[in-house]
Amino acid sequence: MGLFLRQTLTIAAKDLRSEIRTKEALNASVSFSIVILLLFSFAFEPSSEQTHEIAGGLLWIVFAFAGALILNRSFARELVNDCLDALVSSPTPGPALFTGKAIANLVLLLIVELISFPVFGIFYNVRWLSQFPLLFVVMFLGTWGIVVIGTMFSAMTVNLRLRELMLPVLVYPMMIPLLMGAIQCTTALLNGQGLGGEAAPWLRLLIGFDLIFSILAVALSDTVLVG
Amino acid sequence: MRKQVLIGLSGVALLLLLRNLYVMFVDLPDEVQQGPIFRIIFFHVPVAWTALLCALFAAGSSVTYLVTKNLKYDAFAVAVTEVGLAFGAANLVSGMIWGRQIWGIWWAWDPRLTSMLICELLYAGYLMLRSAIDDPTQRARIAAVLSIFAFFDVPIVVFSIKWWRTQHPQPVVWGGGKMEPSYYNMLFANWFPILLLAVVMIAIRMRQERIHREVEALRRYAHEF
Repeated sequence: MGLFLRQTLTIAAKDLRSEIRTKEALNASVSFSIVILLLFSFAFEPSSEQTHEIAGGLLWIVFAFAGALILNRSFARELVNDCLDALVSSPTPGPALFTGKAIANLVLLLIVELISFPVFGIFYNVRWLSQFPLLFVVMFLGTWGIVVIGTMFSAMTVNLRLRELMLPVLVYPMMIPLLMGAIQCTTALLNGQGLGGEAAPWLRLLIGFDLIFSILAVALSDTVLVG
Repeated sequence: MRKQVLIGLSGVALLLLLRNLYVMFVDLPDEVQQGPIFRIIFFHVPVAWTALLCALFAAGSSVTYLVTKNLKYDAFAVAVTEVGLAFGAANLVSGMIWGRQIWGIWWAWDPRLTSMLICELLYAGYLMLRSAIDDPTQRARIAAVLSIFAFFDVPIVVFSIKWWRTQHPQPVVWGGGKMEPSYYNMLFANWFPILLLAVVMIAIRMRQERIHREVEALRRYAHEF
């Protein structure tokens, strides 16, 4: 177990280090999310009361779109110099490789979210600071779900000609229940309702989705990566 | 021999469907509230059952492929998925025609409509992914994993959509629950030929897949010289 953890963290640290040095995906993802936030202001009246009702939905659409940019790079980055073959043939087992990459993606996507969240609050006059600890829990659970599905599908599509096109087509329908849960919880928190009451079943859905697909992804990671 | 059996089975299915159509339009009376359009249910519901059954078999044969690595199961998985997708589309379209008559709109964001649409998108993604991979064993492996993921996603989608939509006002859906025995029997009487048709289509599609793989192998063989 100790070895598995060390291997996982090594992979995660490697991915984070190479991303922090180049900032390729991170820069693209942050600016993309700000562009989407801007585009929303043309789709509806930004100062209306209605904004609060749909705030959760807007945010998670931004996060899911921004996530695709990071997830696309996750395995594609390893194609240069056949790094993926080297990783697969190294003593690191598939589950450790998968979990390490997922953790790195989680950290990166959370960074993007933590940057775009205040921007959203300023643009659309949404107060969120008082609810931040619970919001972060929801963000963590939702982002982990996006990342588990996304990292798995990034590994599945890495060798395809149409990689960039296939990932969003496959990933978004799969994520719909997760996004619905995250949207409901976030909207409840932004409207000051807390996570009890109406949001409670959605929180359970988030946790259930994360658990089911984490187990499934780890169990099938060797099949996808090694064959 | 195999070909004759398939032609025979589809002939039986066709005859049964014709007989059912006759019974539906001549013997069975119009439903009181909905009128003649009600009869669409005899196709709408059985094709949905067939599509769900296909999803079940797709997941089963995908798991079997990953365990045995026998490409026969992969061919079965793609055949049932494709046929299931067609029946799912038939379900959606027949439902939309009914909705236009009864609700006055083609589409309502009702839980069942939404979840069926998401399932169709999931399995359409499966077929798109397959067409993007050239190597047969890699294609079978990756597609099997996707099929398993989709199968686990389907119940979660159905339940979550149900929660989500019930929080909003819906168009008045015909209550359902109870049904006249003669209608009820017709539902199953029509399911049998539809299922038979699905079996024939799956068998033809599997044969296509096998021939396709043979052609691919021959092409690779030819390129070696």
